Amino acid sequence: MADTVLEVEGLRAGYGPAEILFGISLKLARGEVAALMGRNGAGKSTTLKAIMGLLPPRAGQVRFAGQEIAGLPAFRIARLGLGYVPEDRRVFTDLTVAENLEVGRRAARGHAAWTPERLFEIFPNLAAMRGRRAAAMSGGEQQMLAIARTLMGNPEAVLLDEPSEGLAPVILELMADAVLRMKREGIAVLLSEQNFDFAAAVADRAYVIERGEIRYDGSMAALDADPALRAQHLAL
Amino acid sequence: MSVEFSFLLVQALSGLASASSLFIIASGLTLVFGVTRIVNFAHGSFYMLGAYVAVTIVPWLLQIERSPTLFFVGVLISACVVGVLGVLMEILLLRRIYKVPELFQLLATFGVVLMVQDAVLHIWGPVDIAGPRAPGLRHGVMILDQRFPAYELFLICAGPVVLGLLWLLMHKTRFGVLLRAATRDRDMVGALGVNQALLFTGTLFLGAFLAGLGGALQIPRVSASAQMDLSIITEAFVVTVIGGMGSIGGAFLAALLIGQLQAFGVLIFPKITLVLVFLLMALVLVVKPWGLLGRPEAAPVSAMPEGIASPRRFRAFEKLLLVLALLVAAMLPLFGDAYAVKVATEVLIFALAAFSLNFLVGNGGIVSFGHAAYFGLGAYASGLLVTKLGMPMEPALIAAPLAGGFFAALFGFFIVRLQGIYLAMLTLAFAQIAYAVCFQWVEVTGGDNGIVGVWPAPWVASRIAYHYLVLVVAVLGIFALRHVIYAPFGASLRAARDSAARAEAIGIDVRAHRWLGFTIAGAAAGLAGGLYAFSKGSIDPTLLGIPLSVDFLAMILLGGMQSVMGPVLGAAAFHSIKDVFMPLTDHWRFFLGASIIALVLIFPRGLGGAYASLRARFAGGAP
Repeated sequence: MADTVLEVEGLRAGYGPAEILFGISLKLARGEVAALMGRNGAGKSTTLKAIMGLLPPRAGQVRFAGQEIAGLPAFRIARLGLGYVPEDRRVFTDLTVAENLEVGRRAARGHAAWTPERLFEIFPNLAAMRGRRAAAMSGGEQQMLAIARTLMGNPEAVLLDEPSEGLAPVILELMADAVLRMKREGIAVLLSEQNFDFAAAVADRAYVIERGEIRYDGSMAALDADPALRAQHLAL
Repeated sequence: MSVEFSFLLVQALSGLASASSLFIIASGLTLVFGVTRIVNFAHGSFYMLGAYVAVTIVPWLLQIERSPTLFFVGVLISACVVGVLGVLMEILLLRRIYKVPELFQLLATFGVVLMVQDAVLHIWGPVDIAGPRAPGLRHGVMILDQRFPAYELFLICAGPVVLGLLWLLMHKTRFGVLLRAATRDRDMVGALGVNQALLFTGTLFLGAFLAGLGGALQIPRVSASAQMDLSIITEAFVVTVIGGMGSIGGAFLAALLIGQLQAFGVLIFPKITLVLVFLLMALVLVVKPWGLLGRPEAAPVSAMPEGIASPRRFRAFEKLLLVLALLVAAMLPLFGDAYAVKVATEVLIFALAAFSLNFLVGNGGIVSFGHAAYFGLGAYASGLLVTKLGMPMEPALIAAPLAGGFFAALFGFFIVRLQGIYLAMLTLAFAQIAYAVCFQWVEVTGGDNGIVGVWPAPWVASRIAYHYLVLVVAVLGIFALRHVIYAPFGASLRAARDSAARAEAIGIDVRAHRWLGFTIAGAAAGLAGGLYAFSKGSIDPTLLGIPLSVDFLAMILLGGMQSVMGPVLGAAAFHSIKDVFMPLTDHWRFFLGASIIALVLIFPRGLGGAYASLRARFAGGAP
């Protein structure tokens, strides 16, 4: 597939003596949104961390934009254009909104660069609180800031770890809009998700992970349309 | 009345001047800690180097022209030179130890302190070097009716100026914003594409620059000397801990407090200003465990806790080793000369002290940086009872563990309330209080010279007889402590070490357990100290000093703090090596420092760990 931006093959990773991932393989096409679904402890976050280089992969290949990135430090991977939004947001609580965005800023590759102003169009809530410290923001606002901060790096693809976690339904809609807006901007998104409805609303492709292995690999539409298939893999 | 007021005013002003100097130094320390999470012992060495470089190049510059400009150019050049040394330290050492446990980091940076001390003695010699006065600031200014040095007035301004510049740097530049972000979450900064290595290198430049600036600015006031590193680092530690580690504003506040406390404390309690400062620190930490402006540290998350994992009984082979070791210790007087017996006696004493320290560090997760305090207090208790009260050796020796235990209980009451690096700093602070009292209370303790004539009772007057006494007492002490490690109490301590919250949840009173553990370890160290006093025949303040505390830590590091018996092995190896090498070279500090660093870098699990992995390899299992 010529337009594959991220390709993972046989990825293994774990913490200390604990093996978590037993050979994950997945692909993300340019401008595509893929959802990585599974229960707690299935290995969703670990997969994203291992791709990002935050957890050193023990085996397997990770290719991003045609380059082998497995084993590179996280900052090199980020500089190649892979963005990462962590599960627990990890905004810099001592810093203001504007300063958080500044930390994420990196030069654009070819296309028009993201600026705070453009991001405030997508996340209007943030515009009003540029000077506010992130510690004084709600969970939903922090989640938006975390995504905006990553976009400031002008990524070609973004790993989005559990974007819906702990968010109120109203905010959830905003978050879904944000993911679709990223897709319209040509950014590929790989998100890990437990909320099926959220994933079904934004994703083109679905992966189901269970005990560190991919169990389903196919279109989101097919999974959404087939309750039996869903029950088999997600036990919903 | 007005004389008194002007006197108080001048006193307050000189307090402000020392506060300024202290802040400039401490701001660098707190900055480096905030970003790298490393408490840099070598920060005091940077300060000292700043002073030495300045007394070298400033007079040279002033020969060109005696202008204030050239004086301050020289000061800034000195600070930059030291900043570059900071960069070197980051690249060569710190970069390799960001992920290792904090105890190892502290030890490694202390290794740098030792190396720099010897380097300074080698380059500049042992004589203190007085610096030039600052041209244009040599006069006194009349304040009311008191003369006040103009240079001190300048220093009063320098602190706030540095604070302002640092604020601008941290808030108005990208570098500063990145630094502040990294202080909260450095991995996330990396995931956003920032090269942490460069950021850390920059931080070390800035930190060392500030230390060097602090040192260079001192040259008109104090001579450059090879002792200025350890004295300033304790003060800088206190400032950063009181202010809250990583908080520059907190450091400023704490420096102001301490400056005034010292300026006025010296009027009321001239002898115990140092004690006052540490008391302030203990008080602040009890009320605000993270310092005035500090924020709680996230609990360290580690999958594999450092220390004794699960104690196991001796295997047959190890029993044999043990019997052999005991036989060697017992038979030594038969084939060794007097010197060998002396070294063996000391090894036994240090083995008990190191074992008691690992009881705390390896088993309890309580990283004490001042364990020598209890060793020394035990020695002083025995020594004073024998020489001042004419008590016989036997009751005086019994008093040693009582004294060690008593003070460990007293200090430990505060210490066990804290965690991690704050706890380590407080153990250091209390040790320095004890050291200061022994050093300054000359009438009773003999001050720097200590007390001689601490001789054992006639029945153990000979080296050999005393060796057997030490053998019996030390071995009994070690086995008693070992028994405690295996007892449920020891297991509870390990549980509290690995997860205080979970231990609380299953009903363990963590604080009480740790307090008792601290007291037991202090008593054992006190006993070792008592034995040491009688073997030496004298006591002096070095028995409570930081270098001896570090020696103990190096022993358990060398022996491997994961193993129960490792510290004994470590004490034997460390003391014998030190004893062999010290007389061979004038630069033993340099080699000791380099060895400690090498130990941390290549051999972090010690001899005990090396033995365990060797055994695992022969057994065919994974190490």
